[in-house]
Amino acid sequence: MSDVKATLLGKAAVLEVMPEHIAVKALGDLITDAKFDRGEVTLTVAKENLVAALKAVKAAGYNAFQDMTAVDWFPSVPRFQLSYHVQSHSLKELLRVRVVVDEANAAIETITHIWEGANYYEREVFDLFGIRFEGHPNLRRIMMPDEWVGHPLRKDYPVEGYR
Amino acid sequence: MAELDLGTPILEAPVAEGASDQHMVLNMGPQHPSTHGVLRLVLEIDGEIVVRLYPEIGYLHTGIEKTCEAKFYQQVVPMTDRVDYLGPMANNLCYCLAVEKLLDLEIPDKAQWVRVLLTELTRINSHLIWLGTHAMDIGALTVFLYTFREREEILKIFEMVAGQRMMTSYFRIGGLSMEPPMGMMERIREFIKTFPEKIDEYSNLLTGNPIFVNRLKNVGHLSKEDAIALAVTGPVARASGIDFDLRRDMPYSSYEKFQFDVPVSDGCDVWARYVVRLEEMRQSVRIINQALDGMPEGHFKADAPKIVLPDREVMKTQMEALIHHFKIVTEGFAVPAGEVYQQIESGHGSMGYYVVSDGTAKPYRVHMRYPGFASLQALETMCKGRLLADVVAVIGSIDIVLGEIDR
Repeated sequence: MSDVKATLLGKAAVLEVMPEHIAVKALGDLITDAKFDRGEVTLTVAKENLVAALKAVKAAGYNAFQDMTAVDWFPSVPRFQLSYHVQSHSLKELLRVRVVVDEANAAIETITHIWEGANYYEREVFDLFGIRFEGHPNLRRIMMPDEWVGHPLRKDYPVEGYR
Repeated sequence: MAELDLGTPILEAPVAEGASDQHMVLNMGPQHPSTHGVLRLVLEIDGEIVVRLYPEIGYLHTGIEKTCEAKFYQQVVPMTDRVDYLGPMANNLCYCLAVEKLLDLEIPDKAQWVRVLLTELTRINSHLIWLGTHAMDIGALTVFLYTFREREEILKIFEMVAGQRMMTSYFRIGGLSMEPPMGMMERIREFIKTFPEKIDEYSNLLTGNPIFVNRLKNVGHLSKEDAIALAVTGPVARASGIDFDLRRDMPYSSYEKFQFDVPVSDGCDVWARYVVRLEEMRQSVRIINQALDGMPEGHFKADAPKIVLPDREVMKTQMEALIHHFKIVTEGFAVPAGEVYQQIESGHGSMGYYVVSDGTAKPYRVHMRYPGFASLQALETMCKGRLLADVVAVIGSIDIVLGEIDR
């Protein structure tokens, strides 16, 4: 691992300094963008390659799904960023796999068949951000009541309620 | 605002396809006391056997993540107390470490050691409540009174340190909120000297108790593979044979300087979780003793006048400190853009704060990963095909706090 204080932005920079990094090697050409910042590795992949990418990092030793959430970058386009955090018990490392999702087609393939534990996390993102997960076994609201209108964690959600 | 079509719910009622007429749907909670708060379970049972189990959560959802986006970075600290309300210091620590990572802030040794000391006390506090309520669920009412006797002493220490018993907000971005009070170390030392005997006392009441043993052994089986697949962490994972503890394997806040063992068991059942947590309390005592003996001298907060509030006396006497104080309180402080994910080992498992900054004084997004949320998914795996009465034992064993699940 290179110096923790260093910041590397862009795929070329990360590939140059840490070509031996296990996740970087495992993903290879799937990486569209990469970042090494504050000691954390972030690898961006295309939306349609997410499942393949997570299967590849799982096979490479990142065995435990840790967390998954979204960030709403309203009004920029594409609007949503999904961050998947996976942990390796053997390498003692955390990896962030990042995907961007458009508002017009706010849907992405589920990863519950890779890690069953992603179930509640995907439901939460669906509930609070309105991003659909194709193939999810039970995609229902989890925090808000079933009949709730809107997705509270979106940046354009009216915090005083609808009038 | 464009609304997405929510579609038809995939699961209308928790009755499985082709369910037998003899199956009964039973609602448990949200008020049932042994569900530890407002957890609602919908159970499909065949006689006494659980066929399906479906946790319905969200009754305590307060939208803390959304509220955080409207607050300055330092104002989020008191919000974190209220998430896992039984382990306030651990919440504070995780959030502060995340923001300090964003700010690239160096924390003095003394502050780090006090943080370790108090976080371990918090772990004992959290485990004591687990032990008391878990035993009470099984029917051993006495233990509850014993554990709350010790918990009271810990709460008194918290009150002495932070002025608050439960919502401490003692750890701040850049260190601690104030100098640890005189006599704190002696008081903790006194408590910790007698505490191992108290653990023996609990153990004497429970470990040899045939009713307790029979209710716990071979109940709530969770294999190692299932535990990893379901994102289960902490004592529950370690009781399923996963030898991983963030304090040892990915140390933070100078945990690498402490010697302790990580209890692991291959039992995979409720009993193994009981044994692991009891041993964890003993290991916490070891860590606290080391922290008390080796407490370094120094300042209790970082030297960063634009981020950390000045001491009261300095603020009253020096112009510059007064300006900094005014600026921090009214405008907050800008945090460089970026994203960090900070994990710590809380009493329940691995806690994670994902903080995204856009370069302003308010966090753009704060996501909290709490272990109970993931552990709750494992409930069905642990209860399926077992007796209804075991569900209560299993819920106790995963040690859920609904505040951290619903957020």
